[in-house]
Amino acid sequence: MRLMKPLALVGSLLCSAPTFAQNVAVIKFPELQKRLARPTDTTYVVNFWATWCGPCVKEMPNFEQLRMANAGQKVKVLLVSLDYASQLDKKVKPFVKQRGLKSKVLLLNEPDPNEWIDKVDPKWSGALPFTLIFNNQTKRRSTFERELSATELQTALKNIQ
Amino acid sequence: MKKVLSFLALCFVLLSSFVLRSTADGYKVGDKATDFKLKNIDGKMVSLADNKAAKGYIVVFTCNTCPFAKAYESRIIDLNTKYAPLGYPVVAINPNDPAVAPGDSYAAMQSKKYAFPYLQDESQQVAKTYGATRTPHLFVLTRQGTDFVVSYIGAIDDNSEDAKLAKTKYVENAMTEILAGKPATTKETKAIGCGIKWKRA
Repeated sequence: MRLMKPLALVGSLLCSAPTFAQNVAVIKFPELQKRLARPTDTTYVVNFWATWCGPCVKEMPNFEQLRMANAGQKVKVLLVSLDYASQLDKKVKPFVKQRGLKSKVLLLNEPDPNEWIDKVDPKWSGALPFTLIFNNQTKRRSTFERELSATELQTALKNIQ
Repeated sequence: MKKVLSFLALCFVLLSSFVLRSTADGYKVGDKATDFKLKNIDGKMVSLADNKAAKGYIVVFTCNTCPFAKAYESRIIDLNTKYAPLGYPVVAINPNDPAVAPGDSYAAMQSKKYAFPYLQDESQQVAKTYGATRTPHLFVLTRQGTDFVVSYIGAIDDNSEDAKLAKTKYVENAMTEILAGKPATTKETKAIGCGIKWKRA
């Protein structure tokens, strides 16, 4: 019975966790490119999304689920928002807070996608959502220019690991 | 009977591989564009061949619902105002499945009053043939005899958020060269957009 109090405390902390929202860094393309080129044995799952993109919002829980299922593994989920930087406080931060997103969220602030889409991946036409899974050590890589289910995402990750 | 069946199976495999291939690749600049027959919001069927005076077309895959398509709507109207008198009218095509995006239903499309056709690609076959993946996604076609050849594919300009801040107007630059009878220097560009709402299998 004595345990109940700390448990309740932990529970309330967990429930209120979304209020401690992560800071969303606004970055330029070279910074993103640096992150994508890191020569580590970590497998990266990079999802390009926006708060205005219906399918992106719908599949978002699948990325959080993937992150949790692979906690302790060398897997990193990166959520790159393509919302306008002007919408950071109005749309992106409230979304991240409300959803309690724990995966790293970045906002890519570059007006001309034609300058950088091919550098992310030549197979990407620019449609959202877009997901890139890669491991720079094994040089394995796959891309998806569509919404992914939780199962599809897990399978895609397994195929790269 | 077995022979007929295996022949049919072979036909099916060949046909489906062709369909899948064209779906994945779509048009490149220089390809001949196939004509289509799609229903306009006024109920009439529209084909590229209908307008005998057209020197070409600015075909835009767009929709009612995508924030990027909305951001570019007035710029698409401006393209028609500028280039229709020069022989290149705009033809807008909505490829989204209304079952996935109800705001893109034929009835919803009819709320638009454009000076150019706004066609429904109900089977999504035109979008697939062209290789459109997002809205807005633009294709400039130039008439060569009875054919229409793809002359530019991609973005309208380099700033979706604010037309006034656009530094490079990709399609206008391409049109200047195309109207002068030259190939576009920048003939393919990429832009962020909403993925086309494909029918669920």
